[in-house]
Amino acid sequence: MAAVTTAPGGVDLREPSGWRRAKSQFATGAMWFAFVCLLVPLGFVLVTVIAKGASIINWRFLTAGIPPNVLPANFGGMGPAVLGTLEITAFAAVIAIPLGILGAVYLNEYGGNRPLARLLSFLSDVMTGVPSIVMGLFIYTIWVIPNGLTGLSGMAGSFALACLMLPIVIRSSYEMLRLVPDSLRQGSYALGATKARVVLTVVLPSAIGGIVSGALLAVARAAGETAPLLFTIGVVTANNPNLFSGSNTALSAQIWLNASQPYVGAQARAWGSALTLIAITFILMIVARLVTARFNRYSR
Amino acid sequence: MEQPEPDVVEQTVSTNLPRLETRVQSPATMPGTTIFDVRNVSIWYGSFKAVTDVSLPIYENEVTAFIGSSGSGKSTVLRALNRMNDLVPGARVDGEMTYRGADLYGKGVSATAVRRRIGMVFQKPNPFPKSIYDNVAYGPRINGERNKARLDEIVERSLRGAALWDEVKNRLKQSGLALSGGQAQRLCIARTIAVEPDVVLMDEPASALDPIATLAIEDLIRELKQNYTIVIVTHNMQQATRVSDRTAFFSVLTDSKSDTRTGILVEHGPTQQIFEDPRDNRTQAYVTGRIG
Repeated sequence: MAAVTTAPGGVDLREPSGWRRAKSQFATGAMWFAFVCLLVPLGFVLVTVIAKGASIINWRFLTAGIPPNVLPANFGGMGPAVLGTLEITAFAAVIAIPLGILGAVYLNEYGGNRPLARLLSFLSDVMTGVPSIVMGLFIYTIWVIPNGLTGLSGMAGSFALACLMLPIVIRSSYEMLRLVPDSLRQGSYALGATKARVVLTVVLPSAIGGIVSGALLAVARAAGETAPLLFTIGVVTANNPNLFSGSNTALSAQIWLNASQPYVGAQARAWGSALTLIAITFILMIVARLVTARFNRYSR
Repeated sequence: MEQPEPDVVEQTVSTNLPRLETRVQSPATMPGTTIFDVRNVSIWYGSFKAVTDVSLPIYENEVTAFIGSSGSGKSTVLRALNRMNDLVPGARVDGEMTYRGADLYGKGVSATAVRRRIGMVFQKPNPFPKSIYDNVAYGPRINGERNKARLDEIVERSLRGAALWDEVKNRLKQSGLALSGGQAQRLCIARTIAVEPDVVLMDEPASALDPIATLAIEDLIRELKQNYTIVIVTHNMQQATRVSDRTAFFSVLTDSKSDTRTGILVEHGPTQQIFEDPRDNRTQAYVTGRIG
């Protein structure tokens, strides 16, 4: 027996078998490897977009109109698309977030095991997996076609994005509501609160941080969607601040249009739009973090 | 030689910390007004009969302790007293349960109205994730109190009533979750008494707390008795002797033929009698620690 003792008279407290130590080291190494693999595509995308898009971005790019594709990068900008993305996504959020949160409240607090609740829960799960282009086609069929030429508008795009956001908001809010301990509900009931009071004054405030960050993630996801907008907003280059009538445009749609152009200026504007979109998403994520921290200030 | 019957049972817990000496008063010979009258009550959870045929009275400004082993239905009966069992799907109460003469399960009785008069403190402290102030003000607020000065007064009075004011008066804006276990439980008691209930039900209020915090809660219970009627479920028999005037002993009845078990009330009476001179030998076995 080769007793390995590090200190004279001391006890060897190291892992007794070399095999177990090796397995542990292998597992740790595998995790680091996976982590690095994960960073590579992420870093590559970010570095490429910044490298190709940063030089074109300035105040003029964010506000000026979209020039003809043949013009070089120092002409015009993406103002209409920035405005369109902000308007369309914001209106989609106004539709989807309240509906989604209320739906989740129904599922978790009122639905219980009722058939309707089970059906809704199942359908919202299915909707999460529906390809985004199907949402665009859906709005195209039920809204754009019946309205003829006036059907294409920023609002139609908002409808499509709202359809996309709704299941995400429901799912994330539902998971947050489920995490609210039942002991809090009981504490509120024991003080003579009605069910609506319990939900409004205890359950929702306890879960609001997670609900808001889930909703903002859904907004960020929707802001970058292209497919639902292709059929619904018309994708024009003219400036149209009116969300509710007339064809509109958005950053994601402009990236799609410009990137397939042979002109260097149009391609540069596509990179610039991509970076702008990433920046908008990034800002939303930071806001989500701040909001969560603000709402969670009492949870220890 | 005949020893005179002592009026007061002295109990000393052997540690040199202050306030550990507690005494059990022999109950008033004449009980006060009957607050709850429970007659032949059985409680079901779906097809499971959790307790069978319980009858007992609960008197005003007394502490009534429910003792007994797990599964004997003490908590079930306690939760039936303010209709917290309504929240369990499939729960059903048979028999008659009156509160100050009114049928608790009568037609048109609102569980919300019942719970405003009959508050409850739970086993695990469950402060809301709000500030200490908002925790205490929660009950008055949901009952429509909006006046800031009134709320300030209620919060201070309730926290004083729960012996917590001096510890938290300078940090009322801090989260209720930042308190220690014993403080959090006193906060929950303050929250309960802030709505000025008539009865406070306590479901093992000290079982998640350390011995010092437990004694603080027990001192508090004895104080609260002046203004409230208290019903407490406890697993700790010393606690029952320390705080209660009356004790009800519950046990599990197992039917080996149908392999079902149900909780029954074995006997109830003045705490001193239950612990010193129980009429039923099951009580005797339990209180002397021969059976769990």
